[in-house]
Amino acid sequence: MSSDRLHRRSLLRALAAIGGLVVSGCDRLASEPRFRSVLDTANNLTYKVQRLFIGADRLAPEYGEDDISPAFRANGSTDPQDQEYLNLVGSHFADWRLKVHGLVEHELSLSLDELRALPARTQITRHDCVEGWSCIGKWTGVPLAEILSRAGVGPEARFVVFHCADTLDDGGEPGADPESIRYYESIDLIDAAHPQTILAYDMNGGPLTVRHGAPLRLRLERQLGYKMAKYIMRIELVQRLADLHGGRGGYWEDRGYEWYAGI
Amino acid sequence: MAAVPPPDSPVAERWYRRHAGLVRVTHWINVVCFTLLLMSGLQIFNAHPALYVGERSDFDHPTMSIRAHLSENGLVGETLILGHSFDTTGVLGTSNEDGQISQRAFPSWITIPSNQDLATGRRWHFFFAWLLVLNGLVYLAWGGASRHFDRDLFPSGVELGHIGREVLEHLRLRFPRGEAAKRYNLLQQLTYLLVVFVLFPLMILTGLTMSPGIDSAVPQLLTLFGGRQTGRLIHFAAASGLALFVIVHLVMVLVSGAWNNLRSMITGWYDLGQPRTTDVQ
Repeated sequence: MSSDRLHRRSLLRALAAIGGLVVSGCDRLASEPRFRSVLDTANNLTYKVQRLFIGADRLAPEYGEDDISPAFRANGSTDPQDQEYLNLVGSHFADWRLKVHGLVEHELSLSLDELRALPARTQITRHDCVEGWSCIGKWTGVPLAEILSRAGVGPEARFVVFHCADTLDDGGEPGADPESIRYYESIDLIDAAHPQTILAYDMNGGPLTVRHGAPLRLRLERQLGYKMAKYIMRIELVQRLADLHGGRGGYWEDRGYEWYAGI
Repeated sequence: MAAVPPPDSPVAERWYRRHAGLVRVTHWINVVCFTLLLMSGLQIFNAHPALYVGERSDFDHPTMSIRAHLSENGLVGETLILGHSFDTTGVLGTSNEDGQISQRAFPSWITIPSNQDLATGRRWHFFFAWLLVLNGLVYLAWGGASRHFDRDLFPSGVELGHIGREVLEHLRLRFPRGEAAKRYNLLQQLTYLLVVFVLFPLMILTGLTMSPGIDSAVPQLLTLFGGRQTGRLIHFAAASGLALFVIVHLVMVLVSGAWNNLRSMITGWYDLGQPRTTDVQ
C-alpha cells in the first residue's frame, strides 16, 4: 500500500472518529423525550407558517399527459394479505362500501358505483415520497368535500380520519391485534375542503390497481405520499386524534413521522 | 490587550478588533446548524440515494446514485455519476458497521441519527433549517444596515485589479500582516460572497422547492430550478459545495495562524503582528 493511500486511510479514520463523536452525542440527545419535543417545535412552526402564508385553495401544480411516469412506484402496502380485503378483491369490490361516520349529521354507506356517479375531478399531479423520489400520475375521483357536504360535518369535528384495510407487515409487535396496527391517516378540515383533495378510484385512465390502493385512495396533493391512505374502508370525523391507535394521527406518525407533511 | 509594543516600534496598534459581536455569534450558530443539517441531510439522502433531473424520478437513469451489489469479493459499494461507475467500497454504498460490511449509502459515522431512521433525521433537519434561516436573516439584516457587506465583503475596483497577485500570494501561503491583514483579501471576499449570497440562498430555495406545500404557493420555484428532482439534485450539489468550502476554510484557518484566527472569531481581537519591512513604506 502506498503512503498516499495510508495517509488517506488515516485521515478517513480521524474524520470517522470525530463524526462518530458528534453522531453518538446527537443519538443520545434524540433519545431524550424532552429534546425530541424541542425538535418537534419546528414541525409545528412549519405547519402554522404554511397555513398562514399558503392560501387554502392554492392548487398543487398540474402536469400534462406527456409528463406521466411510465412506471409509477408503489410504496407501503402493495399487496395486503388481510382476509377481509382478500375477500373484497375476490368479488371485485362488489361488496365494498365506503362508510362515513363519526361527527357527521348523516352516516353514509356508498358503493363504488354510487361513488362513480358523483361529480368527479381528474388531475395529473406529482406524488412526492418522504424518501425523496417523485412520480407523476393521473387521478380521477370524488372530491372529499363532495362526500363531506353530503354527510354534513358536525360542529365539533376537526379532523377527517381514513381507516384502511391493510396491515403493514413490519407494523406490529408479535401477538398484537391486527386492527390496532391497520394503516390509518388523518387530515385537517382545510385540506379536506381543498379542491384537489379527492378520493381516487381511477389512475392513469383505468381502475385503481391493488398495488396503488384499490378500490379507493386519498389524493392530498400538497403533502407527502404517506398521507395519501390507500385501501380506504371508512372515513371518520373526529374532534381529537389522541384517542386513535398511537395517538399521533397516522400509522407513520405513530412511528415518528410528522403529522403535517407539507414539507 | 496583552502585548505592548517596544518603544522604538513604528506600529501604533497591534491588536485589531476584527469581527463584530454579531458576526461572531451568527458564525458559531451557523457552524452548529450547518454541521447538523449536513449530517441529517445525508441521513435523508440515504432513504433514497439517487438524484435525478426534472420533475419526476426516472428510476432506471439516475444522474447520480450510490448503491451496493454482490460480487465474488463480497459486497461492493458503487457510486454512479453520469453513467460513470466508481468503486467506493467502505465509504459510499457499503461501510463497516460494528465490524460487519453492510449496505448503506453514507456511513453511519456521518449521518444523524447513526442508524437508518428517516423520521428522526427529518426532525433534526427541519429544526436546524429554521434556526439557520432565522440566524441568516439576522446576519443579512445587520450586514446590510451596518454596511458590513459594503465595507468588508464587496471588493473595490482597485482590489479586483490585484486578483492575479493575490492568487499567487495565496498559493505560496503568504498571508498579509500589519495594516493589510485588517481587510479580507480578494479571494476571501469572493469566496464569502459566494457562500453568503449564492450557496446558502440556493440551499434554502431548493430545500423549499422540495416541499409540496410551498410548490402550491410558489410554483415559480419549480420553473426556476427545472423541477422538484432537479431542485433536490442542486440541493445536494450546493451542500457538497458548502462542505468543500468548510474544508478549505478550515485549512486556511490552520495555515494562516490557527489560534489568532480562532481568538478573533471568539473574542473579536486579532493580532496584526509585527509588520514585515516590505509592508512599511
